[in-house]
Amino acid sequence: MLTKQVRDGLATIVGEENVLDAPMDLVVYSYDATPDYQTLPDAVVKPRSTKDVANIIKLCNEFHIPLVPRGSGTNLCAGTTPLHSGIVMIFNHMNRILEIDEDNLTAVVQPGVITLDLIHAVEEKELFYPPDPSSMKISTIGGNINECSGGLRGLKYGVTKDYVTGLEFVLPNGEIVRTGGKLAKDVAGYDLTSLLVGSEGTLAVVTEATLKLLPKPEAKQTMLAMYSSLEAAGETVSSIIANKIIPATLEFLDQATIQAVEAFAGIGLPTEAGAVLLMEQDGPVEVVQRDMKKMKELCEAGGAFSVNVAASAAEGEALMQARRAALSALARLKPTTILEDATVPRSKIAEMVRAIVNIAEKNNVQICTFGHAGDGNLHPTCMTDVRNKEEMERVEKAFEEIFAKAIQLGGTITGEHGVGVMKSPYLAWKIGEEGVKAMAAVKQAFDPNNIMNPGKIFAKETRKRVMIQQ
Amino acid sequence: MTDNQTSRAAELTKQFQDRLDYDELLNCMRCGFCLPACPTYRETKGNEAASPRGRIAMMKAVVDGVYEPDEDFENQLSLCLGCRACEPACPSGVKYGHLLEEATDILQASKQPSALVRATRWFIFTHLFPKRRQMRRAAGLLWLYQKSGLQTLSRATRLTRLAGKQLSALERVLPKLPSPKWLNNRPTHLVPQGGATVKKKVAFFSGCMMDTIFVATNDATLFLLQRVGCEVFIPAGQSCCGALHAHSGEKVKAKELAKQNIAAFEKREIDWIVSNAGGCGAILTEYDDLLKEEPGWHERAQEFVKKVRDISEILLETGLPEMELPPQTVTYQDSCHLRNVMKTVAAPRKLIQAIKGVTFVEMNEADRCCGSAGTYNIVEQAMSMQILDEKMKNVKETKAATIVTANPGCLLQMKLGIEREGLTDSLCGTHIADLLAEAVKYRDEHSSSQVD
Ligand SMILES: Cc1cc2nc3c(=O)[nH]c(=O)nc-3n(C[C@H](O)[C@H](O)[C@H](O)COP(=O)(O)OP(=O)(O)OC[C@H]3O[C@@H](n4cnc5c(N)ncnc54)[C@H](O)[C@@H]3O)c2cc1C
Ligand code: SF4
Ligand code: SF4
Repeated sequence: MLTKQVRDGLATIVGEENVLDAPMDLVVYSYDATPDYQTLPDAVVKPRSTKDVANIIKLCNEFHIPLVPRGSGTNLCAGTTPLHSGIVMIFNHMNRILEIDEDNLTAVVQPGVITLDLIHAVEEKELFYPPDPSSMKISTIGGNINECSGGLRGLKYGVTKDYVTGLEFVLPNGEIVRTGGKLAKDVAGYDLTSLLVGSEGTLAVVTEATLKLLPKPEAKQTMLAMYSSLEAAGETVSSIIANKIIPATLEFLDQATIQAVEAFAGIGLPTEAGAVLLMEQDGPVEVVQRDMKKMKELCEAGGAFSVNVAASAAEGEALMQARRAALSALARLKPTTILEDATVPRSKIAEMVRAIVNIAEKNNVQICTFGHAGDGNLHPTCMTDVRNKEEMERVEKAFEEIFAKAIQLGGTITGEHGVGVMKSPYLAWKIGEEGVKAMAAVKQAFDPNNIMNPGKIFAKETRKRVMIQQ
Repeated sequence: MTDNQTSRAAELTKQFQDRLDYDELLNCMRCGFCLPACPTYRETKGNEAASPRGRIAMMKAVVDGVYEPDEDFENQLSLCLGCRACEPACPSGVKYGHLLEEATDILQASKQPSALVRATRWFIFTHLFPKRRQMRRAAGLLWLYQKSGLQTLSRATRLTRLAGKQLSALERVLPKLPSPKWLNNRPTHLVPQGGATVKKKVAFFSGCMMDTIFVATNDATLFLLQRVGCEVFIPAGQSCCGALHAHSGEKVKAKELAKQNIAAFEKREIDWIVSNAGGCGAILTEYDDLLKEEPGWHERAQEFVKKVRDISEILLETGLPEMELPPQTVTYQDSCHLRNVMKTVAAPRKLIQAIKGVTFVEMNEADRCCGSAGTYNIVEQAMSMQILDEKMKNVKETKAATIVTANPGCLLQMKLGIEREGLTDSLCGTHIADLLAEAVKYRDEHSSSQVD
C-alpha cells in the first residue's frame, strides 16, 4: 500500500486520471508472459513526458518504493512482474515515433512505440529496422531495448543492441541523461548506451531512443526444408554457416512444434516431417537467388526429403508468421508451457539438439524445440502443468541440465529473453561469482536504494531454482 | 462495501470457482498476441483491463481468490464486444468466447436488477425472441406504425427521441416491413426453380430478426437457394437461435432453445442447415459446446453442428448463375461471428466479385467489429459509436456506393453509420443475399431484353 502522501504525490505529477490503483488495475498489471508469476503492484502510473518520469522516479527514490517499467508485458523472464509490489510504470502516453531521419538513417522514438509500427513506418520510406522479435506485433521498443531482443533476422543483422545509437534515460535520482545520438561513431567515455541495452529496467527508465536504420533490401525469398530427423536438420545449419552463407533467417522447428503451429495457422505445414528449417535471404536479387540455390543444395545434401521455395512474398510471410506463433501455439498442448533460451555457438547446434532430446528422455518430460538455429539460439520448451508439483521438479532438473550443457559447449543460459527472475539463480553459472559482483556494483552505482525493478537479475542464492512460487 | 455486496462477491467467487474452465484459463499463456486484434484494447489506447489477456487474467484472479469480482470487473466484461476477434489471433487456441459466456451468465444470474429491467429482460428473452408469433406480432405493430404514417408523425414530433437518442436513430434505419399477413403465409417446402433436379436438400434456419424485420432478406435467400438447385425445407417448430440469450447471461434459456432447434431440424434427412445471419449461424455451430454436459443431447448437437453452413458458403459451392448490376463500387464488412467463429471469410467476397459491373474494394480493417454486437450498441453506446465512427472512416475511403454485410445487427449498425455521417444519398447498406438476388434478377432481365 502506498501512503497517502505518495499517492497524492503521484496524482499531482501525472494527474488523477493517470494513476490507476483500483483492484482491477492491479490485477491486470501483475503479470507478464512468464508462467506462474504474479504479484500485485500498489499502483500503475502513466507518465506523459520525460519530466513526469523524472518526478515519479524521484518520489519513488525518496520513499524507497519499487518502480517497474513495463512495455507490453510480453517478456518471458518475469521481468515486469512487480515482485516487491510498488509502482508499475506504463508508456501508453509515450508512444510516438518522433522522427525518421532519411539523411542520417536514424529514427527517434519514445519507449511505448510498438515494434511493428516502427518497422512499418520506416519501410514506408524504403528503410529497414531489422530487430524483429516474434512478439513484434505487440512488444514495445522500450521492452526490446531493455531485453536486447533478437528476432528471426538476427543471424545476418544482429539484435537490438546493434541498432541503438543513442538514449535518453532517467536515473533513480531523477537526473536525465542523454547518450550517443545520430552517430556512427562515439567513444566519449563509457558506453552507457550499451550498458542500458539489456539492463531489464534495473538501472534507469528509458524515455527516448535513437535507432539506426538500413536501406530496405531489394528482394527477399523464403524457403522451407523438411527433414525426417532432428539432427539432420541441425547438421545442415552448421553446414550452411560453414559454407559461408549468412541467410537473413535460419529457423528450426521440431515435429511437435510443427504440428502445434499447423493446428493454429492451417497453412499446410508438413506435419509428417521430423523437423523443418525455415530460411530467408534478402538483398540484391542476384545474391538472393545465388544463396537460395546454394542453400537448397546443402539442404538436399544434408538429407532434406523436400525443399520448397515460397511462390510469393505472401506465402513467405505466412511461413514467417507461423514460425512467430510457435511458442504460443505450443501452449495449446498443455496447461503450462515453460520455454528456455539456451544459446550455443552455431557449430554446436546439432550436438545441443541431441543433448536436449536425451535430457528430456532421461527426466521423463516433454520438451519441444524450435528456435533461431542460425544464431545458435534454441528454445527448448517444456509442456507441463504447474499443478503437478512432482513433474515440475523434473522439469526444473531437466532445464538445469540443459543450462549446464549449453555452458559446457561454450554457450549461455539466455540468448535473448533476459535473466529476470527466471534465470537469476543461474547467472553465476555463466559469468562467475566475480562477474555477478561486478554487475551488482554497477547496479549499486546507478540505483543505491534498489528501487529499479528489484528482485531481477540478482538472485539471493545461486543455483537453487524457484520455479514454483505461489 | 456493504454486507450485501460482500456476500454477493463471495457467492460470485464460488460460482466462478465451480463453473469456469480452469484448464481454459491456464491455456492462456499471456503472450499478448491477441491484443492488437481487440477493438476495445485499441479504443482505450492500450488499457490492459480492456484486452482479452486482461479479461482472462481477471477471471483467473477471481477463481484464484486474489480478486473479488467488483463493479470494474463487471464493467470491463460488459465493455467486451464479444466479437471474438481475439480467438483467431490466439495461437494457443484459447476459447475466450466460452469463458466470457460463462462469466456473463454467472454475473447475470446474481444480479438483482430493478423491476423494470427484470420485466424488460423477461419480455425480450422469454417472450419476444423465442416466440416467432410474438416476434411477428411485434413486427406487425411496427409495420402498422410505419404504414399508418405514425412513423412520420412521431419523427416529426421527435416523440421517439424520448426513448433515447440511440433508439430513435436505430428506429430511423429500420427497413420497411412487409405486411404481417404475408409473413404468415410463406410455404414451408420449396423445390428448385423451374423444377430442376435437386442438387442438395437443405433446411433453412429462418431466425427471429431475419424473419421479421428482415424478412425480405429471407425471401432473397430462399430465392437464391431455389435458383442454385436446392430443395428447401423450413422446419416448423424451430425457434430463436439463442445467441442473444447465451451472450447476455441467459444460458439456461439458450440451452432450451438449442434443444428445440435440434429437435426441429433432425426430423428430415438433409445435407445442410442454412443460416444467413452470422450471429445466429455461429451459435448454431456451437450447440455441441453449449450442450456438452447434457447426456444424449451432446451427440445430437454434434450431428446438428456438422450440417450448419452460411448461405455464402453454400452458394459458392453449388455455383451461382450469372449476375450483374449497374456499375458500382461495393465493399464488405465482415460479421464478426461469421468470420471468427464460422470462419467464413473468402466466400462472400468471391460472390460479390463474381457480379458483373461491380468493382469490389476491400476496406481497411473489414475484419474489425462495427460495434453492433447484439445489444451492445444500446448497452455500451459510447464505445459502440466510437468504434462505428472509426469504421465509417474506412468505409468512406473505399468510395463505395454499397456496403454489404452478412448479419442483421451489422446491417442495422452500418445503416446507422450511414445516417450519422449524413451519407444516405450516396451510400446504402445491404445484406449479401439481397445484393446477390438483385444481381441475379438484374442479369435475367438484362439478358432477356437483349434477346428481344
Ligand atoms: C510469443 C512470444 C514470442 C517472443 N519472441 C521473442 C523473440 O523472438 N525474440 C526475443 O528476443 N524475445 C521474444 N519474446 C520476449 C519478449 O517479447 C521480448 O523480450 C520483448 O522485447 C518484450 O517487450 P515488451 O514491450 O513486452 O516489454 P516488457 O515485457 O513489458 O518489459 C521487458 C523488460 O523491459 C523493461 N522495460 C520496458 N520498458 C522500459 C523502459 N521504458 N525503461 C526501462 N525498462 C523498460 C521491463 O522492466 C522489463 O524488464 C517473445 C515473447 C513471447 C510471449
Ligand atoms: S488469449 Fe491467447 S493470444 Fe491472448 S494472451 Fe492468452 S494465449 Fe496469448
Ligand atoms: S471478444 Fe472482441 S472485444 Fe472482447 S476481448 Fe475479444 S477481441 Fe476484445
